Amino acid sequence: MAAISDMPVQFLRQAPAASLPPPASRAGVFGWLRVNLCSSPLNIALTLICIVFIAWVVPPLLRFFLIDATWSGSDREACIASPANPNPGACWAFIRVWSSYFVYGFYPIGQRWRVDLFFLALAFGIGWLLWLRAPRRDIGAVYFFVVLPILSLVLLGGLPLIGLSYVPTNLWGGILVTIVVATIGMVFSLPLGILLALGRRSRIPVVRWLSIMFIEFVRGVPLITVLFMASVMLPLFVPEPLAPDKLVRALIGVAMFASAYMAEVVRGGLVAIPRGQYEAAQALGLTYWRMTALIILPQALRVTLPNIVNVFIALFKDTTLVFIIGIFDFLRTVEVARGDQKWASPVTSLTGYAFAAMFYFVCCYAMSRYAQRVEARLARRSAYKGR
Amino acid sequence: MLQAALLVIVVGLAVAAAHNAAHNLARANIAHGFGFWNNTAGFDISQTLIDYSSSTSTFGRAFWVGLLNTLLVAGIAIVLATILGFTIGIARLSRNWLVSRLAGGYVELIRNIPLLLQILFWYNAVLKSLPELRGSVALPFGGFLNNRGLFLPRPVFAPDFGAVVIAFAIGIAVAIGLYIWARRRQEHTGEQVRVLWMALAAIFGLPLLIFIVAGRPLSFGVPDMGRFNIRGGLEILPEFAALLLALTIYTAAFIAEVVRAGVLSVSTGQTEAAQALGLRSGTILRLVVVPQAMRVIIPPLTSQYLNLTKNSSLAVVIGYPDLVQVFAGTVLNITGQAVEVIAITMAVYLAISLFTSLAMNLYGRSVAIVER
Repeated sequence: MAAISDMPVQFLRQAPAASLPPPASRAGVFGWLRVNLCSSPLNIALTLICIVFIAWVVPPLLRFFLIDATWSGSDREACIASPANPNPGACWAFIRVWSSYFVYGFYPIGQRWRVDLFFLALAFGIGWLLWLRAPRRDIGAVYFFVVLPILSLVLLGGLPLIGLSYVPTNLWGGILVTIVVATIGMVFSLPLGILLALGRRSRIPVVRWLSIMFIEFVRGVPLITVLFMASVMLPLFVPEPLAPDKLVRALIGVAMFASAYMAEVVRGGLVAIPRGQYEAAQALGLTYWRMTALIILPQALRVTLPNIVNVFIALFKDTTLVFIIGIFDFLRTVEVARGDQKWASPVTSLTGYAFAAMFYFVCCYAMSRYAQRVEARLARRSAYKGR
Repeated sequence: MLQAALLVIVVGLAVAAAHNAAHNLARANIAHGFGFWNNTAGFDISQTLIDYSSSTSTFGRAFWVGLLNTLLVAGIAIVLATILGFTIGIARLSRNWLVSRLAGGYVELIRNIPLLLQILFWYNAVLKSLPELRGSVALPFGGFLNNRGLFLPRPVFAPDFGAVVIAFAIGIAVAIGLYIWARRRQEHTGEQVRVLWMALAAIFGLPLLIFIVAGRPLSFGVPDMGRFNIRGGLEILPEFAALLLALTIYTAAFIAEVVRAGVLSVSTGQTEAAQALGLRSGTILRLVVVPQAMRVIIPPLTSQYLNLTKNSSLAVVIGYPDLVQVFAGTVLNITGQAVEVIAITMAVYLAISLFTSLAMNLYGRSVAIVER
């Protein structure tokens, strides 16, 4: 017994020691600041320059667009310098007064519910297609690419047979026209682009050469010349009674242009499909069209979806060009409103452009965020497959 | 069988279109063919790089004026957009949080707003709201800025100035020769020779010497402010400035993304391997990272240059006299010969882009990695 108690006490650790906290200089707010903003003299200098830049730019912008801005009023008096308001900011009152023109153009006031209904139907279709886990997205596609165009044509253009009066397209304007041009461009450019991409990879020389010629020709010239061609030359190429209406001509030009770019994006997706998929489908005895529709395209389109959305973003921005051939899209309505003598003030133009920029930015940014999310999802999935 | 049917359909459509066009044009009493090319134009152009007068010059001359204006604005915008785009692209990769966020904000903001809107903004909201002629902003060296444009001293070259240009060319040749010599010497003996200062002296010192010896063959014509206009000097139209600003800022956002993707495509293993070999960070950048990044950057960069050139056609909205505004706008309206005019305009842009993609294919082949 005594022998045991005389033995030197030994320490046996039963549990692992808790890990030390990171050094104070690397953790917490100060650590973050140190690593991200002040890691070297050059970095400190850059940080200071950025802070000065932000301090120089942001307060005047806030003051102009929010603090000094005019929110209500009925004419220019509200937005020009006065003793009460020596330094007037953005004239949002002007936007409020003109807002219905920005949305509908000269669409008859009593019929504007039809435009609202169209926006609703469109939002429904877009939501169905974009929500990746929505039920029956195949029906959604049929709805978007077949039902919706016919529905919109009847709804917006009118069909006296069912009591919808006829509204000529020269009364359409504003966001309505921008959305119509963009949507028609998307609806037609995707199927046409797929056909052109398949045509470009076809084994039939005539099909291949015609596709290549079309794609390279359209991609090589500016959209504005395609629109000029559609608006000036198209009426020459068809017999007089068939000459299409001005908006339709612009739509044809935009759809042609977008489909060439779409074709290249889809082709990128087709190239990414491994040869084995083609060979396996052929070994199963599928015909060309069945193989393309059931095996190749579903995979190719999924891979290239982010790029397709990027084409849509470019298309959405490019709709502004119909302005040049005299169509009252959103940007054109802003230009018209800007020139209104009743609202003439030094800040009117700036306010109008800021408003237009916000509209386009919100739409395009939402689309690009969506594309990034899909891309991240695809990357996760392929990483999982790789394991 | 299918091919034949398709051909018949396409040819049939083309013939029908041509027939309709001929019929419609004949009815509207519009001439056809390219005869108008040599007719007198009879309209003025606000910016001409070559001699042009409305009373004597032809439509063909107007075409060249427009084309040169397009190339001028596109060329300058390409240089500026490249500088700005590379700066922003590298700033986005900075380890400094504020710098990379600011650069990212720039890219997102500019990319998502239509170019046309940006052009209108710069032209109508910024440049047109500058002071009138009376209240012109006086710039250093006798320049003026007002809502009619930017007026700068115009360089006037004396005949002897050619010698300076030749000296500059010789200086560049000497510098290149120096680098080749230094490289050879390093390969043979392992000795490194610093030639940077000598090269700089050759490029800038030699022309400067000639410039002084030749009695300074360069003077400046200062713009002279009159009561109703400004005479003399170099006039930069507000249309040109607005287009240049918008194209530069817009394309720089896309170039920044191209640059970022290119630099990120070089794996960190490459840098680490170079460090393990004992290379210095500047050398790593110059010999390992940049060459590999450039291979990824150059093809999309070229397509951005092409986009910029095509986008310069938006000049038509603010009335900058580029190819589309002069030729597909004014000339088309005067002659009414839509088919010919638009065909020529499209052919020009098509030729530019086909030529560029041909050059790109050759480049791509020369830098392709030869796989084992």
